[in-house]
Amino acid sequence: MSTMSTILEISDLTKFFGGLGAVRNFDLTLKKGDLNGLIGPNGAGKTTVFNLITGIYEPTAGDIVFNNTSIVGLEPFEITRLGIARTFQNIRLFSNLTVLDNVRIAYHPHTKYGMADGILHNRKFDVHERELTEKAQEFLAIFGLENLQNEIAKNLPYGQQRRVEIARALACEPRLLLLDEPAAGMNPREILELMDLIHFIHDRFDLTILLIEHQMRVVMGICKYITVMDFGQVIARGTPKEIQENERVIEAYLGKGAGHAA
Amino acid sequence: MELGFLLGSIFKIFAILAYLYGLLWVLARPNRWVKLIGVVVAFGVIQLALTDFGGFQVLTNFDSGLLFQACAMTMVALGLNLIYGFNGQFSLGQWGFYGIGAYTAADITYRWVNGDARGLLVVGFGTILGGLALIYIGRWLKRFRGVPVLSSFTLYLIGAILAGIVAVYIGNALNPLFEPLLGTNLSPGVLNSSLALQIVFFLAVVFAGIFAAEVSFLFGLPVLTLGSDYFGIATLGFTIVVNVLMINSDTILPFPEMKGGRGMVGIPKLTTWFWAFFFMLAVIIIMRNLIQSSTGRAIISVREDEVAAKAMGIDIAGSKLMAFVIGSFFAGIGGAVYAHFIGFLSPGTFGFLQSFNPLIIIVFGGLGSMTGTIAASFGWIFFLEGLLRVLLSQMGTEAPTWRFVLYPITLLLLMLIRPQGLLGNIEWGFLKQKDVLPRAPTTMEKPEVAASEA
Repeated sequence: MSTMSTILEISDLTKFFGGLGAVRNFDLTLKKGDLNGLIGPNGAGKTTVFNLITGIYEPTAGDIVFNNTSIVGLEPFEITRLGIARTFQNIRLFSNLTVLDNVRIAYHPHTKYGMADGILHNRKFDVHERELTEKAQEFLAIFGLENLQNEIAKNLPYGQQRRVEIARALACEPRLLLLDEPAAGMNPREILELMDLIHFIHDRFDLTILLIEHQMRVVMGICKYITVMDFGQVIARGTPKEIQENERVIEAYLGKGAGHAA
Repeated sequence: MELGFLLGSIFKIFAILAYLYGLLWVLARPNRWVKLIGVVVAFGVIQLALTDFGGFQVLTNFDSGLLFQACAMTMVALGLNLIYGFNGQFSLGQWGFYGIGAYTAADITYRWVNGDARGLLVVGFGTILGGLALIYIGRWLKRFRGVPVLSSFTLYLIGAILAGIVAVYIGNALNPLFEPLLGTNLSPGVLNSSLALQIVFFLAVVFAGIFAAEVSFLFGLPVLTLGSDYFGIATLGFTIVVNVLMINSDTILPFPEMKGGRGMVGIPKLTTWFWAFFFMLAVIIIMRNLIQSSTGRAIISVREDEVAAKAMGIDIAGSKLMAFVIGSFFAGIGGAVYAHFIGFLSPGTFGFLQSFNPLIIIVFGGLGSMTGTIAASFGWIFFLEGLLRVLLSQMGTEAPTWRFVLYPITLLLLMLIRPQGLLGNIEWGFLKQKDVLPRAPTTMEKPEVAASEA
């Protein structure tokens, strides 16, 4: 079923926490280069889907196929090394480390020297450590953070922390980037910048992006195709315009009756 | 007299701290010749101070005892700081690995000077074969997806036990070859010359460290999957198990020379200032290089945020295990150095109450600060064992017990005034992370370009 251009294919994904079905029979297909959105009211199961894709939870049933290989049952770090990176809803930076170290840590799986080279601090270490640092600095420069590289991450303002988190995710060198509410807590100006930034990295790094977002303005503004969830199930799919007019979506967001009024 | 002693002791503590600062400063010099000469000078200064110039000695025997104890404690505490301060795994097992290192190394050299090469042969072959077994089993297991921890643990354990059995056979088979060369206690053979003994001592220390590391690997593999608090309890249990085995080493274990609860006497006192300095410096350098490499950053990221570290592609379980194994390796080396300086091992030294000492030291010096750990180890030994013990003993025979009232109060005050520890995360000289300079502008595009396009 999956073709070469399909990068992620989720079929019949189900996750139960005890008797509670957090995600039920969830399907999603992403093609290479997609910039799609996943929306839904609070508690709809969007973040659970992300946690299932990245291996933090193991699905009760269903399959997740990334680049034609099933990733169900892999450890989170193995999934990341295959090329799926993510950001978190509530920022999860390594808060006591510098901005630069945050990004350099994401490079760890790609370092070309081993632990022994690290302990000996030999020439191989010197060369590759410098190379790694320069790469990390390039990412910081893309996000306009190059002057903040020696700042401790927790001292940065919220908007910049978000940018560091995205930079860090990109340093994993992913093919697929999962952004969990990147605009949460941002003011309108920051949101505009963020939308530009997402467009930019999407083109610059040839990425496939799946985005969870609450703010309709963001999703409608940048996503080409949207999947809507409610109570763990997909209730609608379509282009932003179709979604805006979908009665079930309006119902899910605003409650029964509102759909008719609208 | 009392005032003079007090001032002298305080001066000594500050002199030692200044010495450590100087050592770390000189290690940070970029020129490797300056560095080398600096280290030799640092070694020589203490060596001279320890030398007896016909009645005149700057550091007395009492002081040199404190010095060696502080070196051993530095190694143990640095190892624990790697596990708890940098990796975030609350461990009380460090003292158990310290004890394992002490007893293993002591057994090797004790048997050697008494004409029995089996200690070195069995431990040597055991650790090497065991290490190889663990490495190859690990490589083989990597081929499978989702092997349960307990299954892999069972395989590792079987591998290690088989390696141990093989080592015992090899040791018993090769021992007759060594016996004539070793001679007896009264007429030492060729291999008991002082040079040969130094080599045996070096091997004993290294093997003791590796043995402690391998035990910690087997113990840590299943136990590190527990959450931090449960891990702490499990490691406390480990220390108690090791202690009980020491007390009964001559009854339930086949080591009559360890003499169980009566304590092991007659360990050759082979730890000289050279070895103490050498091993301490090696531990400091390994630790610092590790922390300032990508592996070290991965270890620290586990402490900062496990979920985020996972999502960044870091093998959490592997990082924890590695930190634990390296930390225990340091503890084993520290124990071996300690055993050969004190010459007498009592299980009482390795009780679980004392297992809190390195923990207190790293909290005191600052979790995640190598400088703090080193300074606190020296400060702790010289203050508590040196100054207070002598000072209080002049007030009455039972007065030294007051130190165990005074230091908890000090600790309490420190936690109230400076919860991040004495040095927080300040590092000196060599241990300080070099600031990374901003890079020169390159060809990569800036987001402004994209913004204007959009």
